[in-house]
Amino acid sequence: MITAGIDMGAKNVKVVILEDNKILSKGMILGGFDQKASAEKVFNETLQKAGLSRNNIEHVVATGAGKDVAPCANGEISMMGADALGGAFLFPSARTVIDVGAEEGRAVKCDEEGKMLDFVINERCAAGAGTFVEAMSRALEVKLEEMGPLALKAQKAVPMNAQCTIFAESEVVSLIHAKTPKADISRAIHDAIADRIASMTRRLGVQRDVVLVGGVAKNAGFIESLKRALGVDLLVPDEPDFVGALGAALAPMRKNGEK
Amino acid sequence: MAELKYKTKFLDCWNEAKQLRENYYKNFVRAHEIGGIRWAGGAWSFSAVPAGLGDDVYSLTGEPYGATVAYNKEFAEACHEAIEAEGYARDLCAYMRNYWGSIVLDKYAWGGEWPKADFLWTTHICCSHAKWYQVAGELEGGVPYFCVDVSVGPYDEVNERKLNYMVSQMMDGIDWMEKITGRKYDDEKLIQAVYNECRATSLWAEICTLNKAIPAPLDEKTMYSLYVIGTLMKHRKECADFYEKLRDEVKDRVANEIAAVGNEQFRVMTDTQPPWAFLELWRYLQNYGVVSIGSLYTFGLIGIFEVKEDGTWGPRTTPQEQGIEIETREQALRVLAEWTLSRPEWQHFYSPELKSDMMKRIVKEWHVDGVMLHYNRGCEGLSMGIAENKLALKEAGIPVMHFEGNMGDEREFDLERTRAEIDAFMEILGAR
Repeated sequence: MITAGIDMGAKNVKVVILEDNKILSKGMILGGFDQKASAEKVFNETLQKAGLSRNNIEHVVATGAGKDVAPCANGEISMMGADALGGAFLFPSARTVIDVGAEEGRAVKCDEEGKMLDFVINERCAAGAGTFVEAMSRALEVKLEEMGPLALKAQKAVPMNAQCTIFAESEVVSLIHAKTPKADISRAIHDAIADRIASMTRRLGVQRDVVLVGGVAKNAGFIESLKRALGVDLLVPDEPDFVGALGAALAPMRKNGEK
Repeated sequence: MAELKYKTKFLDCWNEAKQLRENYYKNFVRAHEIGGIRWAGGAWSFSAVPAGLGDDVYSLTGEPYGATVAYNKEFAEACHEAIEAEGYARDLCAYMRNYWGSIVLDKYAWGGEWPKADFLWTTHICCSHAKWYQVAGELEGGVPYFCVDVSVGPYDEVNERKLNYMVSQMMDGIDWMEKITGRKYDDEKLIQAVYNECRATSLWAEICTLNKAIPAPLDEKTMYSLYVIGTLMKHRKECADFYEKLRDEVKDRVANEIAAVGNEQFRVMTDTQPPWAFLELWRYLQNYGVVSIGSLYTFGLIGIFEVKEDGTWGPRTTPQEQGIEIETREQALRVLAEWTLSRPEWQHFYSPELKSDMMKRIVKEWHVDGVMLHYNRGCEGLSMGIAENKLALKEAGIPVMHFEGNMGDEREFDLERTRAEIDAFMEILGAR
């Protein structure tokens, strides 16, 4: 069976095409203002890469905040359900999947088959999501992709109390004025997000193995901060931002009882 | 959409409920035209007490009024902005802000200018009620105000001393009412109002108990429009009579398997006030064949229950049913105080464990598959301890989700996000 998963994320649209648990191709594009048009484009490109046409796809399953406008979708799955399926597919030992994306942080408890058992989402606040790092990178005048490596060079932990991007920015400004090294500030920012995500995950119960997915899982500084905050090792896939789309593509097979 | 399994139909007495509610709000405005009296206070006020002033006494209870405003997003926003501009904080009770905002704007949700009350009569149990009406009286230019302190502990710790404390306050309140209205108090009218209130609140509990049936004869969205009659006029004969008629109709629905949701496959319960501007979520559940059978809030805000011989919850036996004849003012107030202190929704002000136990009881007896908790930023009183309740339910192995929002301030509610969370919960229940 050939299936496609489309993750209509808050920032990027991700597509994964699967044939019997084997990834044939994948693609990603910035969602932009016209998320539907972007999704059409990346879906067609991903099909082309796999040498397929739309008629070859038996099931197209959408997930993510914009799933209602996903092209050709004939099924839906929640973001948390997709995380559980995708995380457990990549790491069968996974029992907790943490997804930190652009606008949201969430944690999902799952069984060995990737069935979601429980979930928790961060409050309506940027402090547990990728946009927080973006905003802080602007305040620090550091490129977004340099924020993580910079945090790894920190010499000491600096406490940051703010739970809100606006107040956090003023704290960052204060730290800059106090001549705190940028590396230490960068770590403080990642620690602040990690603390929020860890606290949220503990409400669910941290059960090993813990898998970290989503766009922010590409940030080495955040991974270290979250490991410290949770006190457990984290399994991180090579392409963590595709896990939601992968889970969506797996959903029809799991529904049919296939493993 | 799950397929239809049961027959369904609208309630025959639906329009009567709507009419009772509309008349209530309009009669309050017209009270002065007929030489009557207007008083305002919380829905948990001892509303039977002002009834002794005469048959032409009309009330405006603040929480249902706040909910009415909340349903109208534009008006609610105008109320919030108006009262916040006066310097009141955004995180206060949302109903209270809707009420105060209406005073400041001089606009009544049912049209026209704000109808100022002649006096304010309320109880204090949550963190807002006493201040609500103190400030309302000030904003209205100095309306006389009386508050009965009811924070005497949970029902299982009630004793004579506590009852005396409440009765003495109400006795003082009656003297105060006579003084400020210049009317002579009629104890017979008080006694009749107490009988009415016990009958009405027991009948609502009986109606809720009938919802244990599968399929559920009522869904919670419908119940919101029915329990409200009790929050407006639980002491009035027309409320008790209406609930009697409704009880008979619901009994008939149970006997004939008439469902509220024809495709009922799963049953959930909620908690606390809903986000009133977004009740469409309760209909959204039906796409999954899910019926919300109610909640401790919908049942126990007005309904008075007792544990029956078989250990299950049912309507509390009324003083009339027990053959108790009320003969004096003091006795009427004592019966009213004792009856009111057994209200389920008052117990958890003293301990979240009491609430968790009641919630677990509902899950078991009403055959609930999952619980959806509203972390309601608009009501500190009813949200107090809700995270503890979530833990207790989870420990009992009950699937539970929460969503964040506000009963009366739509600025704090995200419909799409909540839908996404419900979708995920439906997957956990197996409904999706």
